[in-house]
Amino acid sequence: MPATTMSKAERDQSHARVFDLSQQSLRELNQALHKLTSGSNETAWEVLNPKGSHSVAVGVDQLVSIDVRGSVGYYCAGMNDGAAITVHGSAGPGVGENMMSGSIVIKGDASQYAGATGRGGLLVIEGNASSRCGISMKGIDIVVHGNIGHMSAFMAQSGNLVVLGDAGDALGDSIYEARLFVRGKVESLGADCIAKEMRPEHIELLQGLLDKAGVTGVKASEFKRYGSARKLYNFNIDNADAY
Amino acid sequence: MTYRNPPTTPRKSATFDDYTLSEIRRAAATGIYDIRGAGAKRKLPHFDDLLFLGASISRYPLEGYRERCDTSVVLGSRHAKKPIELKIPITIAGMSFGSLSGPAKEALGRGATLSGTSTTTGDGGMTEEERGHSKQLVYQYLPSRYGMNPRDLRRADAIEVVVGQGAKPGGGGMLLGQKISDRVAEMRTLPKGIDQRSASRHPDWTGPDDLEIKILELREITDWEKPIYVKVGGARPYYDTALAVKAGADVVVVDGMQGGTAATQEVFIENVGQPTLACIRPAVQALQDLGMHRKVQLIVSGGIRNGADVAKALALGVDAVSIGTAALVALGDNDPRWEAEYNALGTTAGAYDDWHEGRDPAGITTQDPELMKRVDPIAAGRRLANYLKVMTLEAQTIARACGKNSLHNLEPEDLVALSIEAAAMAGVPLAGTNWIPGRNGF
Repeated sequence: MPATTMSKAERDQSHARVFDLSQQSLRELNQALHKLTSGSNETAWEVLNPKGSHSVAVGVDQLVSIDVRGSVGYYCAGMNDGAAITVHGSAGPGVGENMMSGSIVIKGDASQYAGATGRGGLLVIEGNASSRCGISMKGIDIVVHGNIGHMSAFMAQSGNLVVLGDAGDALGDSIYEARLFVRGKVESLGADCIAKEMRPEHIELLQGLLDKAGVTGVKASEFKRYGSARKLYNFNIDNADAY
Repeated sequence: MTYRNPPTTPRKSATFDDYTLSEIRRAAATGIYDIRGAGAKRKLPHFDDLLFLGASISRYPLEGYRERCDTSVVLGSRHAKKPIELKIPITIAGMSFGSLSGPAKEALGRGATLSGTSTTTGDGGMTEEERGHSKQLVYQYLPSRYGMNPRDLRRADAIEVVVGQGAKPGGGGMLLGQKISDRVAEMRTLPKGIDQRSASRHPDWTGPDDLEIKILELREITDWEKPIYVKVGGARPYYDTALAVKAGADVVVVDGMQGGTAATQEVFIENVGQPTLACIRPAVQALQDLGMHRKVQLIVSGGIRNGADVAKALALGVDAVSIGTAALVALGDNDPRWEAEYNALGTTAGAYDDWHEGRDPAGITTQDPELMKRVDPIAAGRRLANYLKVMTLEAQTIARACGKNSLHNLEPEDLVALSIEAAAMAGVPLAGTNWIPGRNGF
């Protein structure tokens, strides 16, 4: 069961392995996580006192749940490949960068570059995300309950970015094939990013993402879709002003 | 009989030379800048402007074919649990699958492995051919992050964080639609056939303080096993080297403007960055000032062609060199045997640089299935190994003549310069004088 949906009582019963970063080093934590194999019984982990540490739970490649109790620094859960990681606090820059699979939930806010270059899995930010959220995303799904900052989904290649609040300037600049769904206001669109029709398949896709992210009381029909105009895909001198 | 004044010989402008005129006409006709591969083609101060002194009464030589002259080098001993041990101080530079064909990448791996050295991925991810045929493979961590994944990070032998390259410091990669085959498109998560312009900045860090945290993340993901290189273009070699060391690099790679690229604007290649020769001493000085010379290794690339270039770079304080263009030539790039086909493309063997068009007659810079068949990876790999062997023997010949039992014992005092420019850049005396321009206020 993913840690995100576990009650405290359930977690206590699961005999989570507790790792206190005020007592043990970051290197010990990550190496212990990397030593896990698919047959391991240590499927639930709890990390205490992260106190803004960088690179907490990076490169995990097993289907385990990790609850981080507090806020983290840069690159938390970087390159995650299968784990269900919940940060019970806020996250610094680059949370979930290059995620392959699994899920990451940030209970607070996320700084710049959240989900950068992510290739798969689900990143949920229950607060706001700063600038460049989903930059260069390559297949990841990102759901932000709040707002996102400027230059988000810059050069986004593939995947879905869902924003329940507003988006900042230059959304989706130089976007490729990623899909952007924004419920609120978009400050401005970047080069080659345009509003697109919400067809039934997009409503269905978006509803599925909202359900996966535990969003309730919000309808997919309240969102607008944005994506690539595909005018910059091949160089044309007459489009040079857009570069 | 009428008298005619003697005519003057028609004189072409040195400023508006034939190439310049042709470029103005081309730009006017097409409305697009010229894109090409390779590095700077203009005449630059280079290793040719340096000479070794050899042995004399004060320095005795080693026997050329008898006394040992060590060529090995260890890269990444600062922090990595598993540093790279190379038999020769010549590595193969990063070149992407996508810009190069699969057989060409395989040949680079085979040639490097036969020679006991490493090869490097590029802006397109790691291929099985390359991993399988490269005993020691450096995995590039680039702004685009095409194909980046933790599994490949862990099966690499070293990681190279690419900040820039000599041909285009400040520029991103470029791979035009004609080379985006199904396989290339899939590896890069992009639609087939589009012009792909990679980012010039990393998506999740900017500046030296962030770089330090990024390097920490890569070390944590790989359990501190892999050497981490930082590659920069030859822009500000003193400060870039110092900042890379501060950020925690095990190895710094400095690529001068003669270093090649798969494709970028001609104006970029010829007008941005510094010559390789101008980059070396500032980079070495930065390491020395920090007390890190020989502790953090320095690799230099850009225009390395023969054993003399290798020996000169090492004498100036470099730990290893890297080759790209020369390695491609060893595989068969620009071979005169394809002259008729080069002519049909409007060029000639030795000048062909439209690598981005994917029509390379030699089958190296292409994704065309028929053209790439022209590269036999086994034979081409053997040629690369032969070439690397010759370069190493040449460097050893010079080192022995200078009385050195290791290539790494060569030193600036073994060199003089033929020009004031080269003397100033390399920090060695102008031949026949004891004058090092820029030193002691002169």
